[in-house]
Amino acid sequence: METTDFQLARNVFGRLVLTAADGTVCEGVVPVRAFPIAASGEGVALIGPDGHEAGWIERLEALPEVLRQLVEEELGRREFMPEIRRIHAVSSFATPSTWTVDTDRGETSLVLWGEEFIRRLGKSGLLVEDSHGIHFLVRDINGLDTASRKLLDRFL
Amino acid sequence: MIPDNLQIVSKTILPEAWREETAGLMAAGETLLTWLEVDLDVGLRYARGFLVVTDQRLLARSPGEVGWQEWPYRQGLRLNHHDHAGVGSLELHDETARLGGWRYTIGNNPAALRLVDEFDLQMESHLSGRPVERPEEDVCPKCGAPLDGEEECPVCAREIHAPPSTRTLLRLWRFAKPYRWSLFWGFVLTLVSTAAAMVPPYLTIPLMDDVLIPYQNGTPIDIGLVMLLLAGLFGASLVAWGLGWVKTYILSLVAEHIGSDLRTTTFEHLMQLSLEYYGGKRTGDLMARIGSESDRICQFLSMQVLDFTTDVLMLLMTAVILFSISPWLALVTLLPLPFIAWMIQLVRDRLRNGFEKADRIWSEISNVLADTIPGVRVVKAFAQESRETQRFRAANAINLAVNDRVNRIWSLFSPTVTLLTEIGLLVVWAFGIWQVSENQITVGVLAAFLAYITRFYTRLDSMSRIVSTTQRAATAAKRLFDILDHVSSVPDPANPVRLTEVKGRIELRDVSFRYGNRSVLRGVDLAIEPGEMIGLVGHSGSGKTTLVNLICRFYDVTEGAIRLDGADIRQLSVADYRRNIGLVLQEPFLFFGTVADNIAYGKPHATRQEIVAAARAAHAHEFILRLPQGYDSLVGERGQGLSGGERQRVSIARALLIDPRMLILDEATSSVDTETEKEIQKALDNLVRGRTTIAIAHRLSTLRKADRLVVLDRGMIVEVGNHDELMAREGAYYRLYQAQARNVDVDMDETSGEVPRVEHKSKGR
Repeated sequence: METTDFQLARNVFGRLVLTAADGTVCEGVVPVRAFPIAASGEGVALIGPDGHEAGWIERLEALPEVLRQLVEEELGRREFMPEIRRIHAVSSFATPSTWTVDTDRGETSLVLWGEEFIRRLGKSGLLVEDSHGIHFLVRDINGLDTASRKLLDRFL
Repeated sequence: MIPDNLQIVSKTILPEAWREETAGLMAAGETLLTWLEVDLDVGLRYARGFLVVTDQRLLARSPGEVGWQEWPYRQGLRLNHHDHAGVGSLELHDETARLGGWRYTIGNNPAALRLVDEFDLQMESHLSGRPVERPEEDVCPKCGAPLDGEEECPVCAREIHAPPSTRTLLRLWRFAKPYRWSLFWGFVLTLVSTAAAMVPPYLTIPLMDDVLIPYQNGTPIDIGLVMLLLAGLFGASLVAWGLGWVKTYILSLVAEHIGSDLRTTTFEHLMQLSLEYYGGKRTGDLMARIGSESDRICQFLSMQVLDFTTDVLMLLMTAVILFSISPWLALVTLLPLPFIAWMIQLVRDRLRNGFEKADRIWSEISNVLADTIPGVRVVKAFAQESRETQRFRAANAINLAVNDRVNRIWSLFSPTVTLLTEIGLLVVWAFGIWQVSENQITVGVLAAFLAYITRFYTRLDSMSRIVSTTQRAATAAKRLFDILDHVSSVPDPANPVRLTEVKGRIELRDVSFRYGNRSVLRGVDLAIEPGEMIGLVGHSGSGKTTLVNLICRFYDVTEGAIRLDGADIRQLSVADYRRNIGLVLQEPFLFFGTVADNIAYGKPHATRQEIVAAARAAHAHEFILRLPQGYDSLVGERGQGLSGGERQRVSIARALLIDPRMLILDEATSSVDTETEKEIQKALDNLVRGRTTIAIAHRLSTLRKADRLVVLDRGMIVEVGNHDELMAREGAYYRLYQAQARNVDVDMDETSGEVPRVEHKSKGR
């Protein structure tokens, strides 16, 4: 178990308060993953309200349970990258096109401005950016069902 | 029905789903003011909730909950808004705790901002007891959402998300109108030439029935009749050829003219658009729009539409002729037509996907090239040639794989069309032979039928292409009209005030500027006397460049006014006004051309003496003479071959030549080393003399000649005075100066954008 040189707690306003080893208190820190896609569990920075790094977590899973829960809870509230599980329909194969999709966060629709907004991640992953700049993740194209894959293929 | 007490102040219409429910909540005399539909819950899962601001309270139904919560306005209540990575968040606090929080995707941000604004207004009015003072707002006429200085309403923009409709093509009529007579004649010729092409197969009937078959039955050939028929065949072909030639020529000419007009008009319009527009666009994209998209439309008009019309006309005429000869056989002949068309469409559809895919992969390859070639210095410096080769190889391999697949279908395509045609012919043969045997038709009729249908079966393939080409042309047209429909955000006044003698007194009165929903400048008041030199100082992001952009009228102020010699600059013609401004930027841009051309850019008719004089004053004369062809040396593509300092001096000469009353130096010396800076400084001193000058510089030492220094912080003027005064005051300027004197950046985060880039220094020859 990794020892941390800071403590975390949540105050009444729902903010995270970091107390460093030297006793300095930083209120309203936010956890930010350094590699949100490549290695989501490694390297999480705690950024203070002034934009400076107040703490650094090498590996999330090595954190003490209580701390880890706090950080993950906060991450869950901030991070928004729905993972596409299924593509129900696309309005057209010409862009801009509206997709109706199933994600791990529920059903929604997204507007794709153009094919260039689909980014390849590694061999079989995709990152789809919608018209508002929200990123949708496709972890593995081959993991999608055939119908979704066929629809998706028209844009790749 | 909306009850009477549900007066909606914001012009937006309440979503159907929430109308009844919110109406039931309103107390007597309570007015619903604005609302927000949130689409995420606190755990960021998609779920619907609703927030309402009335003149008495804030109401909320959080996603996943059944009941409504309410917070009447009271002391200490605060609604905070912030957004991060596509998720907006509203949090309600009082002095002691957090009362509630809501999340939504960023598309709802305008509505959320409206809600927060309204909440703040109501709170203020409730606490102070005064009625709500509503500021005059710039709202979208369509939906009532605030425009935040944007030209396009962020809410309504959603509606444009529909894919381009083929109806867009009709808008091309605007460009076709000048050529309507040519188009009309082109159409007439198409009609006639197609009709002429219908004649030869028709002549096979008498040729068979009156000449060949009687001959087989023992009747001698009637030479006169044969000659007549053959002459008819030849004549019809000749006429069809001649007319086809003329019509293709006319229509291609028209299409080329329309395409050319389209290109020029688009470019002309593009040049009129404000910098704001360019800020949000990629150069490559704009280039593609004007270049290849207009070409695609041109091709569509000249080739594809023409072919398609001809084909349709031919099909109709053939059908009429066939039916007039023998209705039954005609029916059987045309029966397989829809089926064949459908089959062709099916294959073509797959093929199109393949081609589109190949197109996209092709761009991947060019991306590797576009990445590697300009960055070749880095590639070589880190000895990564083999890695880049590998990347190229990989992209190429994908290209190969996709093309292989396309070719598999492609190779199947033509034989399939042929097969389908043959089958169609087979049906006609079979039915025709049966009819001949029943003596319902003659052999000649059957021969004519066969001649007709072989013609248009083969045309089916090209006809099937019209769907995809139309779609493509519509996309291209839409992208061009996107540019053409954009209205410049710095419009020329209808009746511009004429500028006579410009003295150069610039006055900023309570100037505010917002970019998107970010406030960049707030309440800036400044009067600059003619001939005065002002130094703008502040962290990056403090609004210095924005202020300069506003003075140049690259953007228009959101609030307040900028006046030149007492006249609002919005009343002056844009070109007229800018003629009085000389601009020297951090990274001077040299156009492709000679050094002399570049110096004379702002004054194309300058004499050689003037150019040399300007170059001398800019301390550029001597190094220009050292170039192999002196003033006639070619520079361009960012002035390769000239060092940063040399380019800067050319651009100073350019500004000197137009002899402007106002001069703007935006970090003119920050991309060069100290040695070069001294030389440029000498050139600048010549330039500044006697002109109203506004200079931005990161190195405070370069502003030592300024009459007054204006210190900006977060969009506001915090200090004004000369160097000594400001140092004595020990305020913001003092801290900045001290930090630089110690050679430490005040705050790396905030100033890193201004640290000169290393690559530029080493570009010298």
